[in-house]
Amino acid sequence: MIKITKPGLLTSVQDLGRYGFQKYGVITSGVMDTTAHRIANSLVGNAENEATLELTLLGPDMEFKEDTLISICGGNLSPSIDGKPVKLWRSVLVTAGSKLKFGGCKTGCRAYLAVAGGFDVPEVMNSKSTYLRAGIGGHNGKALQNDDELSIGELSELSGKITRVLAAQLGENKFVEMQWTISSDFIASSASKPQVRVMKGRQYDWFTTESQMKLFTDHFEVTSQSDRMGYRLKGPELALEEKQEMLSEAVSFGTIQVPSEGNPIVLLADRQTTGGYPKIGQIATVDLSIMAQLKPGDKVQFVEVSHEVAQQLYLDREKKLHQLKQGIALKIRQETK
Amino acid sequence: MKYTIEPLGDNSMIIELGQDMSHEIQQKVKKVSAFFEENMFDWVIETIPGFTTVAVFYDPLKIDTTTLPYDEVCAFLEPLLEKLEIDGDADPRVVEIPVCYGGEFGPDLEEVANHNGLSVDDVIDIHSNGEYTVYMIGFAPGFPYIGGMSEKIAAPRRSNPRLKIPAGSVGIAGKQTGVYPIETPGGWQLIGKTPEKLFTPDGDTPSLLQAGDQIKFVPISEEEFQRIEEDAR
Repeated sequence: MIKITKPGLLTSVQDLGRYGFQKYGVITSGVMDTTAHRIANSLVGNAENEATLELTLLGPDMEFKEDTLISICGGNLSPSIDGKPVKLWRSVLVTAGSKLKFGGCKTGCRAYLAVAGGFDVPEVMNSKSTYLRAGIGGHNGKALQNDDELSIGELSELSGKITRVLAAQLGENKFVEMQWTISSDFIASSASKPQVRVMKGRQYDWFTTESQMKLFTDHFEVTSQSDRMGYRLKGPELALEEKQEMLSEAVSFGTIQVPSEGNPIVLLADRQTTGGYPKIGQIATVDLSIMAQLKPGDKVQFVEVSHEVAQQLYLDREKKLHQLKQGIALKIRQETK
Repeated sequence: MKYTIEPLGDNSMIIELGQDMSHEIQQKVKKVSAFFEENMFDWVIETIPGFTTVAVFYDPLKIDTTTLPYDEVCAFLEPLLEKLEIDGDADPRVVEIPVCYGGEFGPDLEEVANHNGLSVDDVIDIHSNGEYTVYMIGFAPGFPYIGGMSEKIAAPRRSNPRLKIPAGSVGIAGKQTGVYPIETPGGWQLIGKTPEKLFTPDGDTPSLLQAGDQIKFVPISEEEFQRIEEDAR
């Protein structure tokens, strides 16, 4: 069990999302940075869809009531256990009684804390994700609060093996980190003005030539009116050639829509299911993690990519993530021989 | 059936069945949605109907192809979608929604009446005798976009939106009428409230209404409202 002793800015239980119910208006919710979440799960031997804790900018404080295999991936929110810094992107064995704290946000915006066995919260509509606005899923439908206690589920065989590998190296320490980590290819860039690949949206042609050009030449800044639902961006004004009304239709993770005042909104994990604003672009799935790690004040540069290339990039990245999972299992098998 | 397919993202696409909101296009949207529900292709994650579109979210990894998954899916769907026709005699599901009009449940009923030079009873009469179609569910879980309200009872949104509109509230905004499934802020003119639950977070179909349904609003008294609400407990 894990006890929360300080909730942090916004800490919630999320998995890869609630799919199959969008036609009923139920949003997907789920993690913002799917790559970091999936790797965090893989490093503790969980299935990729197991729930993790999504931590935002200011992480929580918590106490481990039992020995727990964890992994922290994503943005660097300065995690430390009993005062000693903990490395990101690693399997870490933490002993009972240890206290995990987070300091300032050094890179990115969100971190994912996976525990071996996952968080034992009930599934609502096939998902453990917290749907904050409707108050369902996750831990009591809410962001974590002081004194919340989270139970941990059954360990997989792989989780058990990773635990044993680390336990053998623990000695007198409160925690121990795996000596190896993952390839840096998977770690979202922390460049000051990252490039994010964008496909033309369904209403791209509705915009003036100047707006079409500026989308891919100027940069945009993430404003403070940004949350899990979407990021409002500030940059050159994007205008329609002529005023056109659109009938609402489905939107997706990474849709860039433009309301009439001309500032684009990037739709993210808590987006509504449908939207009625023209869509100028769509972020390539492989670059959504970069977007999800931006915080207010950060800048981004959109780079055009074709739909064909975006889908090929997606297939290639999935292949690499699959290999990564196999690689972890292989390494553990060798070390437990 | 005529249609166009376009990518929405790199794992989703939009099938467009027309440009305007009409009964015929609505029937097509319903037909295409039903086609995906009946076939349950393993590469389909889910579909979302819009006013004139059906979006299909899919898993590119589940499509066995040496070319691009999107191209493969389009080639696969084209002959199937072309063969689809609207069956004119398919009766829509009719869902009755009991509504207690006015009073504390419908604080703006009088304003809607005044705005249109009608009596309160006229507004109730017109609203409850309309034939309504659910075009799509969106904006909030279980929230129906409803077409078919008489323009005689149209009323502009409130200039000062309410911070809390209770679940079940029935409202009017412009030429639209709607029911709020969950408590949200909003600017609709509230004319009544239903004791029915439009959104139940557990269960296979969390929404009482689905795209394509027809709605009948049935006026009920406050006593009936309370009785239905208690029975549901």
